[in-house]
Amino acid sequence: MSDLEELYREIILDHYRSPRNRGELPSPPAHRVEGFNPLCGDEVVVTLEVDGGKLVDIKIGGTGCSISQSSASLMSGAVKGQPLEDVHRLIRTFKSMMSIHEASLGGENGTDDEDREAEAVDLDKLGELAALQGVVKFPVRIKCATLSWNALDQGLRELETAGS
Amino acid sequence: MEGARTPEHEHAPIDVEVLRKDFPLLARTVHDRPIVYLDSAATALQPRQVLAAMEQYYETTHSNVHRGVYATAEEATRLYELARTDIGRFIGAPDPAREIVFTKNATEALNLVAHSWGRTRLDAGDVVLLTEMEHHANIVPWLMLAEERGVQLRYLPVDDAGRLDLSGLDRALDGVKLVGISAMSNVLGTINPLAEIARAAHAAGALVVADGAQSVPHLPVDVVASEVDFLAFSAHKMFGPTGIGVLWARADLLAEMPPFLGGGGMILDVRTDRFLPADPPQRFEAGTPPIAEAVGLSAAVAYLEGIGMERLREHERDLTAYALGALADRLGDACRVFGPPAGDDRGGVISLAVRDVHPHDLAQVLDQFAVCVRPGHHCAKPLMRRLGVPATARASIGPYNDEHDIDVLIEGLVEAGRLFG
Repeated sequence: MSDLEELYREIILDHYRSPRNRGELPSPPAHRVEGFNPLCGDEVVVTLEVDGGKLVDIKIGGTGCSISQSSASLMSGAVKGQPLEDVHRLIRTFKSMMSIHEASLGGENGTDDEDREAEAVDLDKLGELAALQGVVKFPVRIKCATLSWNALDQGLRELETAGS
Repeated sequence: MEGARTPEHEHAPIDVEVLRKDFPLLARTVHDRPIVYLDSAATALQPRQVLAAMEQYYETTHSNVHRGVYATAEEATRLYELARTDIGRFIGAPDPAREIVFTKNATEALNLVAHSWGRTRLDAGDVVLLTEMEHHANIVPWLMLAEERGVQLRYLPVDDAGRLDLSGLDRALDGVKLVGISAMSNVLGTINPLAEIARAAHAAGALVVADGAQSVPHLPVDVVASEVDFLAFSAHKMFGPTGIGVLWARADLLAEMPPFLGGGGMILDVRTDRFLPADPPQRFEAGTPPIAEAVGLSAAVAYLEGIGMERLREHERDLTAYALGALADRLGDACRVFGPPAGDDRGGVISLAVRDVHPHDLAQVLDQFAVCVRPGHHCAKPLMRRLGVPATARASIGPYNDEHDIDVLIEGLVEAGRLFG
């Protein structure tokens, strides 16, 4: 059961049971993005407000499994109030935690551990989000974990395009 | 045929322990536990008789069909056409040689009806009546016609017990040209009264296309008795190989339908500026068909006939009743089971929800018990919305499942409830 316990760490179950920043900001003025996981039908609604180069507020709506919901909840806590640069950096770091492992799932003889560490992710910077690293052992679930991050990424890009 | 049971066993229950030995995949372990396969509604397992027939075909006979005059080419053609007769007999087709079209799968068979029959018979304003419990395969091809030609779609509602609400059927049939209906729901296990609906549809001047993907593998099916006009299904759900499906249609309908895909094998003559299509069923089978798969399908039919579909159905009905009872006993209110109670109109597809546990998480925990179930919307998103859930976890049974499999499933569900509770 150890893989399963690694996947469903207490912090993940906690954020699933009591999600943070739950709901929707009125939009407008907030920007609203929907994300779908066509495999399982999960939906996430991210509403965000950007002001003065900062992500001043974010709320998460929708339904989903413990992985998608806890990932969204943890994400909201990590990015709320942060400068956009840091948000972008965090999105990249989180996605690479997921994708490096995704790539290494391609074959038993893939990147060895040293290589992996070299290009990798500073887990310290991820803080509580590092709890989600157990997901990478369950390839099908990676899409659950990245659902809200992709929505946030898309939302920020839409705002930049609209603002430029 | 190896695996065929003698007639005196016809009324004895299936000996699951003996039958399981025919399915090599059941011998494997997952996470060091024996596999518990409860996903036959997604795809069923293959008995070694099917695998052996395909291997023997490739080793001794493989050639292209309807082409060569040499011995193996003739044998391959004979085996391919024999598969048409075998599957036709299995579903009670009056004239298999003219009525059975081989496709890639049930989805392609339904698309064939939509493209070939639908495009020539349906115009703007014509109504296609579907049900809220249809698989996307029997919705999206019609939505595509709706977008392309302005065909209107209407849906028969599903009641709270998971059955079709037929109280407004006559009114719903007003102006309808075609009724598309699942013979057995891939989510609820509901077995629909095809003949009753077909009679009403015909009285209203409509044809009926039935999605038999779940019914053909698990119930005795007779196209004449069910009075449908088209029936679509896949081999891989009936213990045959992937890559081959079947459209059965009334010969007079096929005769009037234009080709679906163009290419070799579906023509009588081709000039630089025109072509003359072949007669059905070849008209609808462009390109090299799935020959080895047809041979495998024949073997699957022989295997199922050896068991006897009445016996198979009885086994699955009893096991479904056991499962529904055990789920209620062990999990009580914590587990919601969708679909009608056990009985004659309930097949072995069991969609469920466990309180506080998302279906995806449920399936993940069950995987640790080597239990294979499917989480998700089961390609039936309109039905999910009707049920008010984003997804369900679905356990579906086959002739190789027994009470032990259900007990392990429940053990996993209890663990998931504990983990998330």
